[in-house]
Amino acid sequence: MTTTRDPAVDPPPTPRPDAPGRSRRGLLRAAGAGGAGAAALLLAACGGDDDEPVAAGGMTTTTASGSAGDLKILNYALTLEYLEADFYAKVLEADLLRKAETELAKTFGDSEQQHVDALKATIEKLGGTPVEAPETTFPLESRTQVLELARVVENLGAAAYLGKAGEIKNPEILAAALSIHSVEARHAAALNQLLGKPPTPDGAFAKPADEKAVLAAVKPYIVA
Amino acid sequence: MLQHDHAAAPRLDAIEITGDTRQAFILKAALATGAVYGAGLLGPSLDRAFAQTKMSDVDILNFALTLEYLEADFYRVGRKLGLKGDVADAAKTFGREEAEHVGALRKTIADLGGKPVESPKFRFPMTDQDSFLKLANTLEDTGVSAYNGAATSIRSKEVLGAAGSIVQVEARHAAVIRLLRGKPPAPQAFDTASDKAAVEKAITPLITS
Repeated sequence: MTTTRDPAVDPPPTPRPDAPGRSRRGLLRAAGAGGAGAAALLLAACGGDDDEPVAAGGMTTTTASGSAGDLKILNYALTLEYLEADFYAKVLEADLLRKAETELAKTFGDSEQQHVDALKATIEKLGGTPVEAPETTFPLESRTQVLELARVVENLGAAAYLGKAGEIKNPEILAAALSIHSVEARHAAALNQLLGKPPTPDGAFAKPADEKAVLAAVKPYIVA
Repeated sequence: MLQHDHAAAPRLDAIEITGDTRQAFILKAALATGAVYGAGLLGPSLDRAFAQTKMSDVDILNFALTLEYLEADFYRVGRKLGLKGDVADAAKTFGREEAEHVGALRKTIADLGGKPVESPKFRFPMTDQDSFLKLANTLEDTGVSAYNGAATSIRSKEVLGAAGSIVQVEARHAAVIRLLRGKPPAPQAFDTASDKAAVEKAITPLITS
């Protein structure tokens, strides 16, 4: 599932303040020297030439479109968190894991639920409407299947947050997203390690995943 | 087995108790203070330490570079301790990745017209696999909180993307090191963010010159 990442698609529509094209080109050169992973990442972080103008003050813009953009990202994140929280709830219900694994699933699931609660509350506070929780279905028939699916979902979640970081306008929402992002990364790495997979599958530079690829990847687990 | 780990390595405890390490993460703080979207969000609940010091992206990258020097050297030295099995494997892989972070940061700083700082000399209080893992745990968690703390002050979207890509790897390292210690890999739902002063205070004892 991690192979569905397509960082070249769907460049972020809005720039961070003070992101001149000059430095963009320089960074791409730097990325080329720093490794393929970094190159992909920095490409993904590049906005197009049709970037919206930013506020003259240089701080993050708080225009209506900016709000809408951040709200859209928050609802996207919320959908993924609903999915993860629901996944762990069903995993615990299925009761196929060993004791230490069950403890991990409890902790991870509790964290995902906290992400759901925080995202919902934030969306409401910002005047938005939280999306409804999707009805989910997961193939949970064996311990191996459960752990493997957990691994896939968490790695995807980490890549999804990374894919959105550059688009978030409000610094406080960015801080929140980052504090969730690194937790998803911890979950992903722990599961990779437990399953004997490389904990850093992209090497030194984690790759982002764009929204389209992420939503396609989770589609099989959403009923409605 | 999965109890919370409050016993950080000696000298580095500061990272867990100083600076912007609020448990209830930033959204909750915003909600509690009744902040509304817009200027209100830039209120006292938000850590703007980096912005207040007017650090440029190059300054922030150089700060990150120092941390990466520290981590790369830590693994280089640690690998001489006779590490075994999964721990040896992790030290090798993670050390290589930290070194790649060093290289990428140096080049990015130079391309932005800045001058990469040189590496300080370090000393690491570790003598065996256990003390290696303990210090690794603290250093990687510190790395995560440092990047998360600095990221909101980064101006360039490209640099922010790079920082995000690196912090995800630091978080992955932290989780694995914690697992190898028998500690919970992700003890909190929201990772903390540390400001520059807190990070400096944490790493200063490891710098000899």
